[in-house]
Amino acid sequence: MKAAPFEYSRPSDIDEACALLAADENARIIAGGQTLVPMMAMRLSRPTRLIDINRIDALSYIREEGDGIAIGATTRQYTVEHDRLIATRLPLLAKAMPWIGHVATRARGTVGGSLANADPAAELALIAITLDATLTYRVVGQSISVPASEFFVGPMTTALPPGACLTAVRFPLRRRSGKIGTGFHEVNARRSDFAFVSAAVQLSLGVDNTCRRLAIGIGALGDFPIRLTKAEQKLTGTRLEPKAVEASLRAALAKVDALSDLHASADYRRRVAVKLAARAIADAVKEARVASHAH
Amino acid sequence: MSAPSHFRFVSADRRVREDRRFVAGKGRFVADVDIANTKHVALVTCPHPAAWIKNIDKKAALAMPGVHYVLDGHELAEATSPLVTGLDTPNVPRRPLAVDVARFSGEWVAAVVADTRALAEDAAEAIDITYHPLPFVLDAEKALEKDSPLVHAEHGSNVLLDKTFVWGEVEKDFNDSPRKLSLRVKWGRSSTVPIETFGVVASWDPWREMLDVWASIQMPRYPEQIAGALKIPASSVRLHHDVDVGGSYGIKRGIKHAVLTGYLTRRLGFPVRLIEDRLENMRGGDAHGPERLFDVEVAFDNSGIVRSMKMRALENVGAYAGRSPFQLGKPIGSIVGPYKIKSVEYRAIAVLTNKTTQEAVRGFGQGPTNLALERMMDEVANTLKLDPLEVRRRNLIRHDEFPYTIPSGTEYDSGNYEAVITKVFAGHGYDDLKKERDRLRKDGMLAGIGIAACLEPSGGNATFEALINPKVTTSTFMDSCRISVDGTGAITATMHTTSSGQGHETLVATVIGEVLQIDPDTIRVTRPDSLSSLPSGTPVGSRMAIMLGGAAFHAANKLKDKLIKIAAHDLGIPAERAVYKDGAVFDKDAPDNRRTWKELATIADRNIHRMPPGLEPGLAVSHIMPVPTGGTLPTPDGRAQMYPCFSFEFHLMLVKIDPDLGVPEIVRYRLGHDCGTQINPKIVRGMTLGGIAHGIGAALYEEFAYNDEGQLIAQTFMDYLLPSSHEVPPVEIVDHETPSPHTVFGQKGSGESGYLGAPAAIANAVNDALRPLGISVNTLPLKASRLGDMIAAARDKD
Amino acid sequence: MRIELTVNGEKRAVDVEPRTTLLDCLRDNLGLTGAHAGCEHGVCGACTVLLDGTAVRSCLMFAVQADGIPITTIEGLAPGPGELSPLQDAFCETHGMQCGYCTPAMILTAHALLADNPEPTREQIVEAISGNLCRCTGYAQIVEAISLAAERMRGANRPAGQS
Repeated sequence: MKAAPFEYSRPSDIDEACALLAADENARIIAGGQTLVPMMAMRLSRPTRLIDINRIDALSYIREEGDGIAIGATTRQYTVEHDRLIATRLPLLAKAMPWIGHVATRARGTVGGSLANADPAAELALIAITLDATLTYRVVGQSISVPASEFFVGPMTTALPPGACLTAVRFPLRRRSGKIGTGFHEVNARRSDFAFVSAAVQLSLGVDNTCRRLAIGIGALGDFPIRLTKAEQKLTGTRLEPKAVEASLRAALAKVDALSDLHASADYRRRVAVKLAARAIADAVKEARVASHAH
Repeated sequence: MSAPSHFRFVSADRRVREDRRFVAGKGRFVADVDIANTKHVALVTCPHPAAWIKNIDKKAALAMPGVHYVLDGHELAEATSPLVTGLDTPNVPRRPLAVDVARFSGEWVAAVVADTRALAEDAAEAIDITYHPLPFVLDAEKALEKDSPLVHAEHGSNVLLDKTFVWGEVEKDFNDSPRKLSLRVKWGRSSTVPIETFGVVASWDPWREMLDVWASIQMPRYPEQIAGALKIPASSVRLHHDVDVGGSYGIKRGIKHAVLTGYLTRRLGFPVRLIEDRLENMRGGDAHGPERLFDVEVAFDNSGIVRSMKMRALENVGAYAGRSPFQLGKPIGSIVGPYKIKSVEYRAIAVLTNKTTQEAVRGFGQGPTNLALERMMDEVANTLKLDPLEVRRRNLIRHDEFPYTIPSGTEYDSGNYEAVITKVFAGHGYDDLKKERDRLRKDGMLAGIGIAACLEPSGGNATFEALINPKVTTSTFMDSCRISVDGTGAITATMHTTSSGQGHETLVATVIGEVLQIDPDTIRVTRPDSLSSLPSGTPVGSRMAIMLGGAAFHAANKLKDKLIKIAAHDLGIPAERAVYKDGAVFDKDAPDNRRTWKELATIADRNIHRMPPGLEPGLAVSHIMPVPTGGTLPTPDGRAQMYPCFSFEFHLMLVKIDPDLGVPEIVRYRLGHDCGTQINPKIVRGMTLGGIAHGIGAALYEEFAYNDEGQLIAQTFMDYLLPSSHEVPPVEIVDHETPSPHTVFGQKGSGESGYLGAPAAIANAVNDALRPLGISVNTLPLKASRLGDMIAAARDKD
Repeated sequence: MRIELTVNGEKRAVDVEPRTTLLDCLRDNLGLTGAHAGCEHGVCGACTVLLDGTAVRSCLMFAVQADGIPITTIEGLAPGPGELSPLQDAFCETHGMQCGYCTPAMILTAHALLADNPEPTREQIVEAISGNLCRCTGYAQIVEAISLAAERMRGANRPAGQS
């Protein structure tokens, strides 16, 4: 299980990386390599050139940027998992991080690598979709931003044009939006495996505990993570009574195409998605109510 | 903790000497063997489940830099004999590389030799093979049908073996019994899947006519089988036993790998190595394990006493006969488990399909059989609305009934099953566990208690071979130990096989230290190569504590006797007055009159003038031990003394299942374990816990799943799911010791412990959890998604 | 490509193809055979080494990527020939292994855990080693080894006079 031969480049800035990428249509960026290298080892992926962006320091950061938090593409997943700013300001992301692979793969795996890889079961893609993140890439000397909802276009497929390199993801922060709560649930065969299905929720409650904002994301169900917008709309303004929540989720998921494979049937994924989303909402409500007590 | 032992080193909580090299990264595994000028092999495998191989175009590959050779099946078959299968089925030849027809996806079709493994893989891709796909069959029952595609056309059918045994008055017992039930149980295709793949390095020296082999092997008669296939004398094959094997649990039987590399090194004149990569290992390494369908019928009375059983076991062996058909034979040695079932009909069917070949798996078929037996016991209880523990207790062989001969002719040596069960419940009563289960149920969980009581036949005698194939006349498997003491008194002992984590060096040193009353840490243990070795049946069938331990014990006693003779002569006293203690010998009537260990070693090594006349000089003794209770062939009506010793294990667990998700979780796990005297408790505990983890894998996660196109879809560790630390709960082990009368310290085997009963207990717990929903599941693995779908369907009905 | 690896504190220059994994480079070019190939696709963890003190899978990195980054392998943990680190000794004490194949990686993973967290709970240990598959032990004696090492190392680092 050895990779096919390739050339290796280690550019020192992003435009050099993009130029190398543009020069060879079979070149590929390598960041953490935790998905790419096994694919190469099995010769399912055979780039002619690997462009290693790990040493481009400017791509590794976590910082507040305006009304959001930006994370550079080569920031290690492990770093995000243990970052205080993330823990306090992006609790949903913090909750999802330990579900990505294992400690040792998070140590190498990057935020940008996971997003650009666009695995339907990837936790980071799910959180980006749920939190309306914006992804920024560099191409021919320009930086272009797209919303997560337009970034993922199919299984392992993104809207990145040829020659583009993902540079950052920015998660908006919701200020003054009431009491925020989050929830994340995932089911898999073993704890560190790809999710059969996953659910991420962020909501805010008004003083009267009615739901003011609600985002429900579901991962691993189909080609890429989705939002349950109809359920979100239906439940916003309600007190999120469990029965109503489950009914809305069921309705929202009833007609969604779900993947069926060795590990889980489509019915399983759809059915469990309802349960996990309901649990994530329940957790988020509880958290939001506790948050109000703390004030 | 076990009771205070009357031994000094045996049963003591001592370290395992092998561990030191492993923690330092200084194990020497086959991939670490570095022989100058070694070239690397990569394999070209068939992408179809069945295909004619019409043409193999090697030109492009041979033109690539660093590529030395491309070998195909025709060339290899012309130069070598087929591999030994043990069955009398000449039209199902097994060879390392397919000849004309490939019979499973992943089967080896050609081998490339190149300077590096990466170059060999590059060249493997460049070999252009024209295939003509053929009809194929994957399912064992379909393979039995008349119009099924034939895996080996020349054989005329897909049936490799179909043999029925009847022990006792089965029909009468069925007729006389008021209650009957039948049950279908399926054990999914899984295996031991060690973290190290199989590997072999072979080097031919034409001037010495010697084939040196280093391999991650766990297999009896490996050198002689390599020699046989290569048509060279067995004394021209030298297997190096000082290779650490990175896990095996039965499966590492790389005979086809060794014949392939052995041929290549002889053909090419330089050493070659084949270290399987994970894909080669999973697809074509012949490392799959049982896939078995049981149809069980039992006859019992209203109090739950099981009188008779009919069991039909249908094994999907894959495309060639590996050890799989024989794995239907070993369970005959404990076909009734720990129960007093009077009569049994057992039909063993092995059928060929277009799946990967199987080799031996921990327990050699006993684990699947135990699943069928223990599911059956639960169903008997369920039918009668009796408690499953109570039903088992009513059927168990009682302590005062040993030795106990079961219908298939095997005598169980010893046991105290009731005592083990009582101990398991001491402290936490059965009622407490039921209360905990009921609390979980009240909280909305599905929850169930699982019990399994089963035996681990140990001592490895391979009598099943003769039962399955009367042309086989093997009636023992030996093991041996040689001890030598040099003129300075230094002790070196030998063992004559490889190990794959069982701590055999520790075993040998402990036993010899015990007998000689000398600190085991001062005893060197070495592993001569196969040409310098005494006979060894290798670590199969949970046999080494019994057999290697026994051989070391007897060798040490021979040494002790010799020391006493030398000392008595030198002290001028009759041997009866000489007392051996802590390595020295003294006169019982004048204890100061003594000879130390060192003095005796010097006399034996250098002072022949002080030796008793006629006694061989030097201190070198050896012992070759046959299997206790062995030495007979099966009777014509199919009865056999299979193994000498029978360890007992009693599994008790509580499982909860989140009904929305279907994910089973083991909440409590207790194991009662009786393997007689434990020579090294750390080793026994480790193997037992490891066996349980392996059993959890087989029960819940692991399956070599195929799609309808005949492709193995669980071929990586992303899809074939080995339990990680998250999936293995804490397990409390309660030890009990019922010594075996057949072994030197009362020890029995434990290398398969835990694994033999864990899947059955889990299946019973899951079924107990599902029972309130009116559903039941008897197919392993019990995957969460399937359980979830079943639970949802059952709830929708309500 | 010519690169310079810093392994166990020693600078080693090697010439490798870009496609050579760090694992193969350590084993084949540098003779450090304590790192083992188990799956070569990043699941089993048998190839774990420390990269700048962090446990990573050496089969999921190309050697050229490790150029200049400090690497620790199992060969770098023993304080001297024939001497064991407290963690290695604890693995021997509890028999936290059988065949020894996953052991070096398991110990390096535990080493990284204890460097970060000298007082891990059972759950934290289980989580830390969950990326390292062991087929022999069922993990219990490994968890015990790590726990024992943590306890002993805390004891050893306690100021004199405190019990």
